[in-house]
Amino acid sequence: MTDYKMHLLICGGTGCKAAESDEIKKSLKNWIDELGLEDDAQVVFTGCFGFCEKGPIVKVMPDNTFYVNVKPDDAEEIVKEHLLKGRPVQRLLYTDPVSKKAISDSKGMNFYKKQLRIALRNCGFINPESIDEYISRDGYMALGKCLGELTPDETIKEIKDSGLRGRGGGGFPTGLKWEITRNVESDEKYVVCNADEGDPGAFMDRSILEGDPHSVIEAMAICGYCIGAENGLVYIRAEYPLAIERLKIALNQAREYGLLGEDILGTGFNFEIDIRLGAGAFVCGEETALIHSMEGLRGEPTFKPPFPSVSGYLGKPTNVNNVETFANIPVILNKGASWFSKIGTEKSKGTKVFALAGKINNVGLIEVPMGTTLREVIYDIGGGIKDGKEFKSVQTGGPSGGCLTKDFLDTPIDYDNLIKAGSMMGSGGMIVMDEDDCMVSIAKFYLEFTLEESCGKCSPCRIGNKRLHEILENITNGNGKEEDLERLKLLSNVIKDTSLCGLGQSSPNPVLSTILNFEDEYLAHVNEGKCPAGQCKALLKYEIIEDLCTGCTLCFRNCPVGAITGERRQPHYIDQSLCIKCGVCYEKCKFNAIRLS
Amino acid sequence: MDTVQLTIDNKPLVVKKGATILEAAKSIGVHIPTLCHMKLDDMNIENKPGGCRVCVVEVEGRRNLAPACCTEVADGMVVHSHSIRAINARRTVVELILSDHPADCLICAKSGNCELQDMAHHLGIREIHYKGEQSTYREDTSPAIIRDVDKCIMCRRCEMMCNEVQTVGVLSAINRGFNSVVSPAFEMNLDHSVCTYCGQCVAVCPTGALTEVNQTNNVVRALSDPSKTVIVQTAPAVRAALGEEFGMEPGTLVTGKLVSALRSLGFDKVFDTDFAADLTIMEEGTELLNRLTKFLEGDKDVQLPILTSCCPAWVKFFEHQFPQLKDIPSTARSPQQMFGSIAKTYFAEKMGIKREDLVVVSIMPCVAKKYECGRDEFKVDGNPDVDYALTTRELASLIKLANINFSRLSNEDFDQPLGESTGAGVIFGTTGGVIEAAVRTAYELYTKKPLPKIDFNELRGMEGIRQATIDFDGFPINIGIAHGLGNARELLNRITAGESNFHAIEIMSCPGGCIGGGGQPYHHGNVDILKKRQMAIYQEDGNKKIRKSHENPYIIQLYEEFLGKPMSEKAHQLLHTEYFDRT
Repeated sequence: MTDYKMHLLICGGTGCKAAESDEIKKSLKNWIDELGLEDDAQVVFTGCFGFCEKGPIVKVMPDNTFYVNVKPDDAEEIVKEHLLKGRPVQRLLYTDPVSKKAISDSKGMNFYKKQLRIALRNCGFINPESIDEYISRDGYMALGKCLGELTPDETIKEIKDSGLRGRGGGGFPTGLKWEITRNVESDEKYVVCNADEGDPGAFMDRSILEGDPHSVIEAMAICGYCIGAENGLVYIRAEYPLAIERLKIALNQAREYGLLGEDILGTGFNFEIDIRLGAGAFVCGEETALIHSMEGLRGEPTFKPPFPSVSGYLGKPTNVNNVETFANIPVILNKGASWFSKIGTEKSKGTKVFALAGKINNVGLIEVPMGTTLREVIYDIGGGIKDGKEFKSVQTGGPSGGCLTKDFLDTPIDYDNLIKAGSMMGSGGMIVMDEDDCMVSIAKFYLEFTLEESCGKCSPCRIGNKRLHEILENITNGNGKEEDLERLKLLSNVIKDTSLCGLGQSSPNPVLSTILNFEDEYLAHVNEGKCPAGQCKALLKYEIIEDLCTGCTLCFRNCPVGAITGERRQPHYIDQSLCIKCGVCYEKCKFNAIRLS
Repeated sequence: MDTVQLTIDNKPLVVKKGATILEAAKSIGVHIPTLCHMKLDDMNIENKPGGCRVCVVEVEGRRNLAPACCTEVADGMVVHSHSIRAINARRTVVELILSDHPADCLICAKSGNCELQDMAHHLGIREIHYKGEQSTYREDTSPAIIRDVDKCIMCRRCEMMCNEVQTVGVLSAINRGFNSVVSPAFEMNLDHSVCTYCGQCVAVCPTGALTEVNQTNNVVRALSDPSKTVIVQTAPAVRAALGEEFGMEPGTLVTGKLVSALRSLGFDKVFDTDFAADLTIMEEGTELLNRLTKFLEGDKDVQLPILTSCCPAWVKFFEHQFPQLKDIPSTARSPQQMFGSIAKTYFAEKMGIKREDLVVVSIMPCVAKKYECGRDEFKVDGNPDVDYALTTRELASLIKLANINFSRLSNEDFDQPLGESTGAGVIFGTTGGVIEAAVRTAYELYTKKPLPKIDFNELRGMEGIRQATIDFDGFPINIGIAHGLGNARELLNRITAGESNFHAIEIMSCPGGCIGGGGQPYHHGNVDILKKRQMAIYQEDGNKKIRKSHENPYIIQLYEEFLGKPMSEKAHQLLHTEYFDRT
């Protein structure tokens, strides 16, 4: 990044690409060429900036100017005003929702203030397709240090001392996992990177691979050196084409630079990485299922032990780590275990990346130190609830996490606290719900996901989740009974107690936590036939308020099933037996004469 | 040996390291119920997916319940197999399985033999608290096997048998979640697949999801048709297992009662497939000697080793999987088909019955025999040599249907001429038997000397692949034996790779040979049953006055009166066959 005076960083993550960031890049480049600035300014695609709510994002360096919601047509102004005249385009700057002031530098935004980006350190800063840019930010320094100065045992000790725990959800100490795999005697071992991110709405791993693939490659090589493996495999879902493409580019560059392959850095250490594409099954994130899928078998888990560390891919000792876990490794080795272990809480060190979604103002990808409270994440970073609505619940840990109430907002986030609160860390999904969300429907929604994604191998998960879902369906259809709640709890606990893998052992969590935290809502459904959030269609009733109805006939004319009758200029009437609750009348009425009850 | 101390249901015990909780419990008489788990000891056959979750037990200090079938014991472990938590979970799991099951037990083919039914009874389930959608699939009927997968409980035993033991690879789990089921790929029909109809899936299915095509009604109809002469042949392995269906000890020989029952059912003649087994030896043994003689005379093109061809599933297996080897197996038809062919020519002529008025029924330990008798090459103008092949189990149900009190039947003898057999014919029913029978005859025909001994213990046993060298008076004959198609595949791979020096190989598709056939009374994973049946077969052989096929007087008569000599043109036409490339 030395030759150019200015760099325009454009988010090249999947989200912003879907919002035409390719076009923006093309347009910026055209205007730069048009105005003869091609020797002064360079346009670079980077990984995800995280602030997806405001994407596409263009950042002008070295000014650190952060443009949001950029459109291809804005390119002309950015180039002519900012690049040529040095005047930032005010209308494209981020406006603080509270002070209403424009903020030019991202460091000044609440969204970034409380974040600490370790795993995401290079996302949004470097061109992920350039190994040189990675190297310029201390890339491959850790690998060099390990191969040159540290023995595998010393390296493992450093990882152990750092306190790093698996970011895929289990939270198993990473250094210990490496040590166990190292201590198993075998002619062949494997390093596997689990990039089968499957939680709905989660994109932590995808963003790292799209934005900083070399950090994963470097860490896998270090892991190979530590455990005594010469082969690594990245298991990535085929729905991540951009991540796969960037990973492939990065692998080729690493090979060209002699950072992969034979005799790496002249140390005699050999390491190669291959890619295995998954067909997009959530359960293949479970390590034994992942390994079976890589072996060409049906993606379903098997009983542990034996653990993959002892008998994994092709029956050989295999160390499986998640993308985010790997992305932490080079930094830990560069900055030292003591630096890393100072971040976080007593038993959860470092940071955690979350995909923030739901009814929150700042949807996006964030990374915070362990110990940050849910309130800080939701209100400071997330900017609070959308449209000024009331916070109702936050669900962490993906589809099988629990739904926490406002009583838990001050819980410092770490592995143990979330479990204590009745949820879990999972791989980092975080979904915020507001007063309009029906918690019975939410539980049903998550169950729908897990029951589709169950591999079907063990009976409690295969049939039990289906039955849980059917009971919830009954409740939301107005056919529930109070004793259904007991049945739900009983069945949920048996599914958790008897299922073969983590999927079944946690799939009833949303049901249990919503019953525990929002029992009133369940009772309203089953006893009063009401959905307090107004989401369960079967329990809703559209009624015409006689006093307000002018008899304009607009509702009558728009009702698709002819459920509305009435004379012109006389109050109309909805026949409940015909009404399909489509809500058209409610939307069309100009006199607020239709009420939802 | 390393041992582990633990406590199960308050009883301290010491077991060897590496044992599972299930095995440990069994050693002190604690029976933890299982559904998907199945282990045939000493045969290297085990299904242990840990999928049904019925065997869950409580282990102190453990977060969740542990499946006893796959959890290894550990020092100091405290296990409760019948704590309220374990019982509640176990019952809930079985209730869930039942909630996705047709529960048409009263009319199910598996009623009385169903492990799921037994489990519901064992756990005292009187109500199914979970109701909802049930899986529905199209029924798949093939010439031998019916798949009614609405009744599949995903135990995966059939899949293990089809893939790991038989290496046929037709059955595997498909779809996901609630929709997962075991099926051929793309839900194709079995008869479009490479299924061999060995029936080992049927043999291990705990429910009524896999059953044989039931032909008892066709037989009842034939028996009641006055215009038909209905004769029956019964395979060697049937007499060693049929008694189990009537509460007798496994391994009880019921030959005499079997004959008596068949006569009571109304068969006009009760014959023995063993007779045809003796005939098979005459043809196959001669073929072996011919090939050996050519080989010794320096003929480089002669096909060795010769492979047996009595087992229809094995024939279909190599037609699909090793078509390049289709010239190696003996061209001799199986005993069932030799019998049918002789019955509808020699016997029909002798009795003056028209072919179309003669119905040949066979009682077989096998489901593939149903498929075999329907093969086109075994029909004359569309009329099959064997009309119906019933399994041992179907015969038992027929006997019950006919109100016959089996255990009180007296012993009767087979009819002649197709009912006389030797001990050599009997041992066709077990792995190693065909080749031992062949050796008894081939030795004497080759060396022109009497056998020094009749029992060839070196050819017997239960090991999956066995080999032995038999001294043919100075000429060592190398014999190979495989049972289970996976083992057969291994031998065939050796042949293909040119690593084999065998002269003759016997192959049986089912583990244990026909005594373990897919049509036999269900063994429910108890390998002792198979071993006892095997012992019964050798016992029957030992009881016979004549134990070498070529000494069977009716066989000698058949050649004199009708066939001429082994491998004659007529023998070729009636007793030999050809194979097809089915790839």
